Amino acid sequence: MSSIRFPAPDPAILARREEIVVGLARIVPPGCLVTGLDERRAFETDALTAYRSVPLAVVLPRSTQETAAVLRYCHGAGVKVTPRGAGTSLSGGAIPQEDSVVVALTKMTRVLDVDYANRVARVEAGVTNLGISDAVAADGFFYAPDPSSQLACTIGGNIGMNSGGAHCLKYGVTTNNVLGVTMVLIDGTIVEIGGDWLDAPGYDLLGLIVGHEGQLGIVTEATVRILRQAENARPVLFGFASSEAAGACVADIIAAGIVPVAIEFMDKLAIEICEAFARAGYPLDAGALLIVEVEGSEAEMDAQLRRIVAIAERHGVTTVRESKSAMETAAIWKGRKSAFGATGRVADYICMDGTAPLGQLARVLKRTDEIVRSYGLRVANVFHAGDGNMHPLIMYNVNDPAEQEKAEKAGEDILKFCVEVGGCLTGEHGVGVEKRDLMPRQFTVDDLAQQMRARAAFDETWLLNSAKVFPLEGRAA
Amino acid sequence: MIFAPHSEDELVDCVRTARARKSALRIVGGGTRQALGRPVAPPATLSTKNLAGVTLYEPGEMVVAARAGTPLADVESLVAAHDQMLPFAPMDHRRLLASAGASTIGAVAACAISGSRRISHGAARDSLIGVRFVNGLAQAIKSGGRVMKNVTGLDLVKLQAGAFGALGVLSEVTFKLLPRPESAATLVLRGLDDTRAVDALSRGLGSPFEVSGAAHLPAGVGAESARTLLRIENFADSVAYRLGELQKIVGAGEVLDDAATASLWCDIGDVAFFAGDGRVVWRVSTAPSRAPDFVRLAQRAGPLAHFYDWGGGLVWLAMSAEGDAGAGMVRAVVAQVGGHATLVRAPADVRARVDVFQPLPASVMRLQRALKASFDPDRLFNPGLMYDGV
Ligand SMILES: Cc1cc2nc3c(=O)[nH]c(=O)nc-3n(C[C@H](O)[C@H](O)[C@H](O)COP(=O)(O)OP(=O)(O)OC[C@H]3O[C@@H](n4cnc5c(N)ncnc54)[C@H](O)[C@@H]3O)c2cc1C
Repeated sequence: MSSIRFPAPDPAILARREEIVVGLARIVPPGCLVTGLDERRAFETDALTAYRSVPLAVVLPRSTQETAAVLRYCHGAGVKVTPRGAGTSLSGGAIPQEDSVVVALTKMTRVLDVDYANRVARVEAGVTNLGISDAVAADGFFYAPDPSSQLACTIGGNIGMNSGGAHCLKYGVTTNNVLGVTMVLIDGTIVEIGGDWLDAPGYDLLGLIVGHEGQLGIVTEATVRILRQAENARPVLFGFASSEAAGACVADIIAAGIVPVAIEFMDKLAIEICEAFARAGYPLDAGALLIVEVEGSEAEMDAQLRRIVAIAERHGVTTVRESKSAMETAAIWKGRKSAFGATGRVADYICMDGTAPLGQLARVLKRTDEIVRSYGLRVANVFHAGDGNMHPLIMYNVNDPAEQEKAEKAGEDILKFCVEVGGCLTGEHGVGVEKRDLMPRQFTVDDLAQQMRARAAFDETWLLNSAKVFPLEGRAA
Repeated sequence: MIFAPHSEDELVDCVRTARARKSALRIVGGGTRQALGRPVAPPATLSTKNLAGVTLYEPGEMVVAARAGTPLADVESLVAAHDQMLPFAPMDHRRLLASAGASTIGAVAACAISGSRRISHGAARDSLIGVRFVNGLAQAIKSGGRVMKNVTGLDLVKLQAGAFGALGVLSEVTFKLLPRPESAATLVLRGLDDTRAVDALSRGLGSPFEVSGAAHLPAGVGAESARTLLRIENFADSVAYRLGELQKIVGAGEVLDDAATASLWCDIGDVAFFAGDGRVVWRVSTAPSRAPDFVRLAQRAGPLAHFYDWGGGLVWLAMSAEGDAGAGMVRAVVAQVGGHATLVRAPADVRARVDVFQPLPASVMRLQRALKASFDPDRLFNPGLMYDGV
């Protein structure tokens, strides 16, 4: 069995399952309530597939009002709730507990309003990340944070995790691009935070809500910023002999006062895996690869590239290849964005998500390799280098419990090292259950207790996604 | 009584003492924004002046950390020497509030002071990536850190930004930085009315040319004729190119060079146009396209001066301090148009009588109170500064 523990389900709640299902059926029509065992299994895990547990029931509300009625019921009945978007969380954030009801927003997928004059869009929380950009693309706009899972993941999940993406170096992550939310509290109260203006009065509740991992309430609608697309964008591939050289080059680009839209990193194994999958023309002879994207007019992109190439040359760059067509650009990004999927075709993996200070990148990469090797496993590195957010993909065999444990141990060692050098446990995937028990590595008892008290200000009863984020021992009320 | 601790440990001791005596604290940094908020006079003052000094500066990582009492000017000049800047260009309140002293980096974080670059580079809260603070239980707490990407645990960093000290005394703050643009210029369109001006700003901001300042100064604000302003900051070649492209979209205008751009945007960000008179000053945040409606409705109630920043989304109003200083009218119009209003400058007796910050719906106020209790159960820090009872 795997090493992360879920709290034991409450037998009294399990025994009341039928009554609870009946209670929910009074609120939502049959098409919005999933009760059969096989159907519920579809919700037993997320993208942290090594862990799973089947919930009591799954509700698919169609509106804020319906969500409020469901939460009011669960609150009254003392039933735990697991908020869920598309279930693509890599940290187990959306994995239910057996004694919980999953509330999944996948029926709330409308783009309610697009306002170009004010550069905002109002959407329901179940709309996909890419769905927002698609809705405004014809008019030359986009929603900036672009997680690789953007085809599937929802804006509600993005808000839950404060998700990032390849282009966040320039445009910021979710928290920098959300202006308002409608959120339902556990007792069914509907609160409106922010709006289509750029700041909100009182304490910055929105700042706390983004990244809350489903613990403060259920977000049903959001107002997000939309931005005008750049005139042109051009990704360029830079091949290096070693990861160290590529890492040092990243630090020097930033130090030179150049902030490209994206700087993505792949090591040798990641290059091979992604090239085999996407045929993007990645240099197979390189020890490490950077994808650097620049934006602007043709002349502006040329000028910025000249600066970047000069820096790369100082680090012994072996290949420089610019995209020459829209098709090439698409292939280059397809390779990067399907890195996890492509790795999944080669082996089972767990994806770590620590962040390290830029100056420590090379050191952390080296140490990552040593750690994983010491457990007799392999690792591919593909990540957002411009902001130091690493993604070692530790490969193992999911059917071999001993190997799974080794992979998890290696992951832990890597994250601890990230914290040691001044970084953090998670840059964008969230704590979930996966990193829950590592929290004391980064935070003191007092730090965690303060976070838990702030959490309890929204959900005194600890019914919302309560198996996550905070170590089970020593929880403050 | 004045506490002025020299270290975070001493700060913890001060708070412990205050807690034992049940004596609330007025937290003071450089004292330039003492007239911001509801007037409160707790028995003791806690000054951050001895908590000073930059603790970390890594130009290659674009990050700076400093103890809360470090003068903002020290941080700005340190990073400027490496051609870097705080992206959000915080407003300096001294001219508007006729205050003296040196603003501190901690106060910039605590009061979430953003400037004109909010529209393109984010607010103070967006650049703030780490805090250390002492809560009302006299515990030193940290949140966030020194790396740009960090979602580990609840984001108490953002919550501290704009809490005006009510959720803890900041002891150290960490900001991310950006390279200082090589060049800047401002396009000036003359003679537009408010609606056409905001429309031009929206078209500029909806262009791919990364407008980093978008303001409209009606006739009589800083000059005789109305000026609509769009700023571009970039490499010199790009500034020239983008100004040309921008004019194809919003119309031709005159161009201000680097120096003129710097001084004009300083005046806009600091609300210098309303300095040195007896009127009260309101700050209204709304959606740009509705801002001219807001002003039109407000003007029906009586004479006022106004101008727009943030592409129209930030409206500054100056009006008579008589009666309720326009509070009833401003809040009624806000309710109609959407947004919120803060009374930024007014005599203390006015700030004692009318709500300074936007009154919140009961459901949201309940959350604010619960949060206050979770950080500062004995209401030691700046009690009542933002809202009565928190
Ligand atoms: C192949 C792959 C690539 C990925 N790439 C990236 C990447 O580049 N960057 C990145 O940041 N992440 C990435 N992820 C992780 C994941 O996609 C994100 O965390 C995403 O935001 C999750 O969205 P979701 O809709 O799937 O939410 P879920 O996984 O269903 O839920 C995520 C969390 O949010 C909560 N939640 C969901 N909806 C709501 C709501 N409406 N109200 C309140 N709480 C809610 C859940 O309880 C849970 O804690 C990737 C995942 C995969 C599988």
